[in-house]
Amino acid sequence: MTYDILATDLTLLAPELMLAIGAMALLMVGVFIKKDETAAKWVSLLTIGLLVAAGAAALFLVPGAGGVAFGGAFVFDPFALFSKVAICGAAALALFLAGPYLKAERLARFEFSVLVALAVLGMAMMVSANDLISLYMGVELQSLALYVLAAFNRDSLRASEAGLKYFVLGALSSGLLLYGASLVYGFSGATGFDAIATAVGEDPSVGLVFGLVFLICGLAFKVSAAPFHMWTPDVYEGAPTPVTAFFATAPKMAAMILLARLLYEPFGNAVDSWQQVIWAIAALSMAVGAFGALTQNNIKRLMAYSSIGNMGYALVAVAAASETGLWALLAFMILYMVGVIGAFGVILAMRTPEGMVEEVDDLSGLSQTRPGLAWSMTGIMFSIGGLPFLVGFFGKLFIFYAAVQAGLIWLVVIAALASVVAAAYYLRIVRVIWFNEPTQKFVAAPTPVGLVANLSGLATVLLVPLAAIVFMWARGASIGLI
Amino acid sequence: MTAIFQSLPILTAITFIPAAVAAFLAAMKFMMRAEDSSWLDRNARGVSLMTTLAVLFLTIVLVMGFDPSNPDFQFYQEVPWFAEFGLGYRMGVDGISILFILLTNFLMPICILASWNIKKRVTDYMIAFLILQTMMVGVFCALDLVLFYIFFEGGLIPMFIIIGVWGGANRFYASMKFYLYTLLGSVLMLVAMVAMFLQAGTTDITVLLETDFAASIQTWLWLAFFASFAVKMPMWPVHTWLPDAHVEAPTAGSVILAGVLLKLGGYGFLRFSIPMFPDASVMFQPLVFTLSVIAIVYTSLVAFRQTDIKKLIAYSSVAHMGFVTLGIFAMTELGVQGAIFQMLSHGLISGALFLCVGVIYDRMHTREIAFYGGLVHRMPVYAAIFALFSMANVGLPGASGFIGEIMTMAGTFQVNTWAAMGAALGVIFSAVYMLTLYRNVVFGELTNPKLEAITDINAREWIIFIPLIAGTIFLGFFSTPVTDMTAASVNQLISDFTAATAAVAN
Repeated sequence: MTYDILATDLTLLAPELMLAIGAMALLMVGVFIKKDETAAKWVSLLTIGLLVAAGAAALFLVPGAGGVAFGGAFVFDPFALFSKVAICGAAALALFLAGPYLKAERLARFEFSVLVALAVLGMAMMVSANDLISLYMGVELQSLALYVLAAFNRDSLRASEAGLKYFVLGALSSGLLLYGASLVYGFSGATGFDAIATAVGEDPSVGLVFGLVFLICGLAFKVSAAPFHMWTPDVYEGAPTPVTAFFATAPKMAAMILLARLLYEPFGNAVDSWQQVIWAIAALSMAVGAFGALTQNNIKRLMAYSSIGNMGYALVAVAAASETGLWALLAFMILYMVGVIGAFGVILAMRTPEGMVEEVDDLSGLSQTRPGLAWSMTGIMFSIGGLPFLVGFFGKLFIFYAAVQAGLIWLVVIAALASVVAAAYYLRIVRVIWFNEPTQKFVAAPTPVGLVANLSGLATVLLVPLAAIVFMWARGASIGLI
Repeated sequence: MTAIFQSLPILTAITFIPAAVAAFLAAMKFMMRAEDSSWLDRNARGVSLMTTLAVLFLTIVLVMGFDPSNPDFQFYQEVPWFAEFGLGYRMGVDGISILFILLTNFLMPICILASWNIKKRVTDYMIAFLILQTMMVGVFCALDLVLFYIFFEGGLIPMFIIIGVWGGANRFYASMKFYLYTLLGSVLMLVAMVAMFLQAGTTDITVLLETDFAASIQTWLWLAFFASFAVKMPMWPVHTWLPDAHVEAPTAGSVILAGVLLKLGGYGFLRFSIPMFPDASVMFQPLVFTLSVIAIVYTSLVAFRQTDIKKLIAYSSVAHMGFVTLGIFAMTELGVQGAIFQMLSHGLISGALFLCVGVIYDRMHTREIAFYGGLVHRMPVYAAIFALFSMANVGLPGASGFIGEIMTMAGTFQVNTWAAMGAALGVIFSAVYMLTLYRNVVFGELTNPKLEAITDINAREWIIFIPLIAGTIFLGFFSTPVTDMTAASVNQLISDFTAATAAVAN
């Protein structure tokens, strides 16, 4: 290993290195500032800066075409680049949202931001994983940080329960993942994706398929796809709201990208073995997401089911097993995150003088008390639901396109019908906002929260003429992966 | 000169001016403190009325500049939008769509005027109506599948809010049913659209009109489109959302619902089902005929038993839409022209009837037929106007309803005698329920003491009714302005259709 090769490898890792070193440095900054609140404020600001810098580094520091590092364990391609920028952006927005909430709930501790930075580091590893070992490393780094974040409000019984549940089930899923990885390693004799692809060949052995199914199960936990979704509503409800906002965006993107890469690259030739599995998981997720949310009264639980359902749509794109599917997936995730982060902005604005409220009915008459938030939430709900004329529609449209192209017409019909059922609960929120008379008035939303909510609401409309740009980026990012 | 005029983006202007004004009103509302919003509420009506009148003026200019002898799409405009993926922002009108744009924009100022008494959240109301206008006009202008779908479904959102916020007692149920029912039909159409998109490689409707879809696929595509359009029409047995939506909607909402939204289904059949899937259309002709005749006869009988005026008119709308589907699927020139005429005429008449209901509802706040009776003693002018539109609805010669019904029936008769006979039965039934309604509400003794103080129509209501009266009677005597407009495009539709089906037969 000469110095030159190491230098090239490290350049490819620029965003990850920045995040890792930055997180350590911020830990020290936090320790050296005496007062808790001041420390939290500064570390939070610096972490947002760090995340933006890491995203920028991914865009500008890494040489154009990218490449592989550390003997093929780490890959930096346009696909990873796109995802990293999206993840950094989503995490930065989630942190931006978190500040006022944590302060008001007396949770302002600087470790929060550092944990987010570490989780993002794990996600960056996940989307660049090109080896079963780096895959596992990324997943665990992310998960460990997320377990702590879920239980961040350690005095709250609900949050502790959420953290514990998440930890136990997450550990189980990691176990499944490891078991699958060991099977794949045992039958292919390699951990690198390229070598596994060679071993899979045209006709994969039963052991490899067996291992693959375990890998899929493990990752399905992470994207909260049915039937591995059980933890999602409880964790979403129990965790502090900004943490939920974070959970609903960046980790989903990372896990989905990782799943897509795993299925398309090493197991790309074994489409027949995994397509039905993904088909079933996708259909089930859409159904669970649609029907499960109908009876929810807690808006965070409702968003949990909404996210299960939407991950089902993303999995439809994965099941398409084509380049079209890939860029449809990327663009869908972006448009989905644009909506979701705004939805959590609105949820964070649901504060009465007595404290935070999170029932759907608490939104009653929002259109009269807070018209700005009401319009934003309306746009966001229709957008997440994929209903025209909001921008989320395009995400679903091109997923349908990819799936029909791949001949998965029945899956698309299921997806379309599920979207009608899902529309019922999105409409329910809109109904509560517009049709009901106000019962209470929320206190003025903190600037970051109002800003994110309103910008996201505006984006659901204003992006409609411009959504093609997102799709062009996504398409550029998916070229060559298949 | 005409060439330059034709190249102006006038369709885009007509479509998006209302949305732009709505965005302006929304921005004003957000920037204003809550205390000042009554000022905005006062002015929102005027701004909306001016906007809709300006759009109506532009539409008239558009119709003047339209060349009826040219069967192709005119005022065509294409802007790259998702161009790399085969989509595009494509707008254009032909003889089939242009009159619907006129109808929509003609009804809009009337609706705004009819809503003058709305007290609750006026600015929101106007914003919703203006967005609705953009969506409806957009449907008729769009020459791109995805664009069409966006407008087609996008209109549900403002209508959902209009019914839900300003509607009657049971508005939650009605608005949800309205949205979910129509959405369910439409998502299947979306799947079919994606399939067409993949096969043709583009969503350009002008290209898709030339594309030949294999007969086996046509069946599925036709059924998927039918699922959507039949719900929108609405055809029996998927009409049940309509009475609920109509009853709960505010008056102007009902006018738009009956006047324009019900026409989207018929327009869809003419734009997609018939020209794009001709073989399947022939195959399913008996099905459509059966459903149409059932709709005409059955819903007429149902209408007869209603106790709520609005519900009665809603069922009568379903029956009248049965004539439209008959005419369209007769696939004769007379039938299709008659169907278009019937849609336009029904847009005026049913809109006017809902306004008539609105007049007494505004005064008495009930729509129960039994509550009324003897109105002629207190409201002679109103009684005359209501009589005119009741007769027009029945299809009395001299009103536009007659022309539409006779044309569709004659067109159907050339193809299927029995279906035409069934439809004729509907004409008789329509006289039964309409005249009964009229007698119970207007004639007889004034027995209900609450009606003693009811006042006749005022100046604003006069202004609302005059254009509708003029339109109904004018079209009843002079049908050629309409048929001249549609003739070239309908001829081309029928000849293409005949050629396509003949090619398969050989």
